[in-house]
Amino acid sequence: MNYEFTEEQLMIREICDKIGKEKIVPVRAEYDKTGEFPWDIVKILSESDIFRVYLPEEYGGMGGGCLEMCIATETLSKYCGGIALAFAATGLGTYPLLLYGTAEQKKKYLPDIAAGKKLTAFGLTESNAGSDVGGIQTTAVEDGDYYVLNGTKQWITNGGEAEIYSIIAATNKAKGARGLSAFIVEKGTKGFSFGKKEDKMGIRASVTSELVFEDCKVPKENMLGRKGAGFMVSMKTFDKSRPGVGAQALGIAQGAFEEAVKFARERVQFEKPIASFQGIQFMLADMATKIEAARTLVYQSARDVDSGDKNVAKISAMAKMFASDTAMEVTTDAVQIMGGSGYMKEYPVEKMMRDAKITQIYEGTNQIQRGIIAMNIIKEGASI
Amino acid sequence: MDIVICIKQVPDTTDIRIDPETNTLVREGVASIINPFDMYAIEEGVRIKEKYGGKVTVISMGPPQVEAALREAISLGVDEAVLLSDRAFAGSDTLATSFALSEGLKKIGYDIIICGKQAIDGDTAQVGPGIATHLDIPQITYVKKIEKIENGKIVSERMVEEGYEVVESTLPVLLTVVKEINEPRLPSLKGKMKAKKSEIKIITTEDLKIDTGKVGLDGSPTWVMKIFTPPKKEGGKIFKGTADEVVAELMNEIQNGFV
Ligand SMILES: Cc1cc2nc3c(=O)[nH]c(=O)nc-3n(C[C@H](O)[C@H](O)[C@H](O)COP(=O)(O)OP(=O)(O)OC[C@H]3O[C@@H](n4cnc5c(N)ncnc54)[C@H](O)[C@@H]3O)c2cc1C
Repeated sequence: MNYEFTEEQLMIREICDKIGKEKIVPVRAEYDKTGEFPWDIVKILSESDIFRVYLPEEYGGMGGGCLEMCIATETLSKYCGGIALAFAATGLGTYPLLLYGTAEQKKKYLPDIAAGKKLTAFGLTESNAGSDVGGIQTTAVEDGDYYVLNGTKQWITNGGEAEIYSIIAATNKAKGARGLSAFIVEKGTKGFSFGKKEDKMGIRASVTSELVFEDCKVPKENMLGRKGAGFMVSMKTFDKSRPGVGAQALGIAQGAFEEAVKFARERVQFEKPIASFQGIQFMLADMATKIEAARTLVYQSARDVDSGDKNVAKISAMAKMFASDTAMEVTTDAVQIMGGSGYMKEYPVEKMMRDAKITQIYEGTNQIQRGIIAMNIIKEGASI
Repeated sequence: MDIVICIKQVPDTTDIRIDPETNTLVREGVASIINPFDMYAIEEGVRIKEKYGGKVTVISMGPPQVEAALREAISLGVDEAVLLSDRAFAGSDTLATSFALSEGLKKIGYDIIICGKQAIDGDTAQVGPGIATHLDIPQITYVKKIEKIENGKIVSERMVEEGYEVVESTLPVLLTVVKEINEPRLPSLKGKMKAKKSEIKIITTEDLKIDTGKVGLDGSPTWVMKIFTPPKKEGGKIFKGTADEVVAELMNEIQNGFV
């Protein structure tokens, strides 16, 4: 397959592949078991310049964009969807800054993010605000040169390990989604602490934590975009980050598919490799076709994002939804093809099946994605 | 500080074959890699530079395709690469190779020269010490740690069978390193981009102004009589029975001269 990658994009893939094979595969089962944060791999990724790939050159990046982010995420996720998320979620936490940050804000934070010295996180979800962002209870009240934050964010990826947080809080609660604003909050700010660390089904090498704000004073210059633009900051961030979730799903699917092919060629039953049975062959054919379709969609959505097109909500949602549904199907089928072996922790596919599930849930559930796609179709329909 | 790493491109050992006619390694169709021990030399050179400053140059002798190995070294943090390439070098043994490299090194300039402890294809471990001899400089082989470099001196730990020795030497010096010395880094994206753009400097026998009789087949006194795959060792004999029976049987074998 020729995806028309540039030489630099091929290098990103090659480096991530080497890191995956040599550094991630030997440790992924252990991280899955312990749920510890994979700092050793994060260090390797930063030394290899991987955190730079999607950031502008003037801030220490390599000048790439969403496609470069997707290539790295896909390749790393093939080896471990959980470890890859330390990188991908940093992308999510950085997009608000990249899209709405002032030159000063970018100059202050991006170089360390590009160098992989600081991870980031994105804090939107709360106990009463999942799909419905309007339910946000965390408040940010103006007080002189500061905003004072109070409230609790839940299930925040990289929570506790990241240094820089993009936080969505209500500056005008009465206005619901229209009364939200975005802030940069640094770890170590007084009144900002970390609560419960979740015990999860999959992506266990990734940390998911509570963020607690108790009279946390954030300087006014840390606001991202204008006051009341928090909802838009979030939605525009998701438009750009969702291809990345698609890429994560795609990588997980590819990893499971390759394990299934290898197993099917080697496992002998009825005196033949199981790959010779049509029942298995058709499953493999469907898996490969769905993966390839998902890949094309993910790359196309990333290219649309990079083209500067303003209307990428629909295709980004399609890429995230289709790739994550594909990952769930493919990983489930990979376990099926491998039978009891697939179900055992001795083989990596049961983990891949657990890791795949989250991609249908976060950054907007796949129901929410379908809603976005439908809304855009209906809107477009008005002009036919 | 001028740090120079000597590397060799070797066939990937996972795919070794010997031509029964010529008694040499079959190189066609076999993937080439940087000699694994040289990866530790590269890493150590880059670390010395990161700690003490200076420039790291990598040098190799071989056909034009060795460029790929040199570019890989650049992607790992090396600044410049030099390739000694000339038909006259073909067929050089360890004596001729170390002579050619030492002449190349004279041209580049050096304070610290680092080699891997040996190449995995020939396994001789002679080229490093050979270079030091040709250059008439001190050598420290099997280095597992560099303790410090200061005031024109280096202190290092070298592996010996019973443990290690702490050796001090003046600079310039040649080191050969073992794999215990470090964990080589993976290539970085910036490094790879730089490697792609870098110019590899080619040096010929003419540039070196050396007597071609001292390199290549003419300069190589070594004659390889035969290379062969050693026959598999047969399993030992296992005695079964009670302790008394087994001991008696073993004594019997020993007395009959079978053991
Ligand atoms: C491991 C993990 C990591 C996460 N990381 C982050 C993070 O870094 N930052 C962050 O802000 N959040 C994060 N989240 C939160 C995640 O984005 C939310 O879980 C997700 O948006 C869904 O919200 P919810 O769980 O509250 O589900 P709910 O919104 O309660 O939804 C429950 C069900 O109802 C469906 N549903 C809801 N509304 C509709 C509707 N209008 N139409 C049809 N169906 C609907 C949903 O699709 C779902 O099936 C993370 C979650 C997990 C599990």
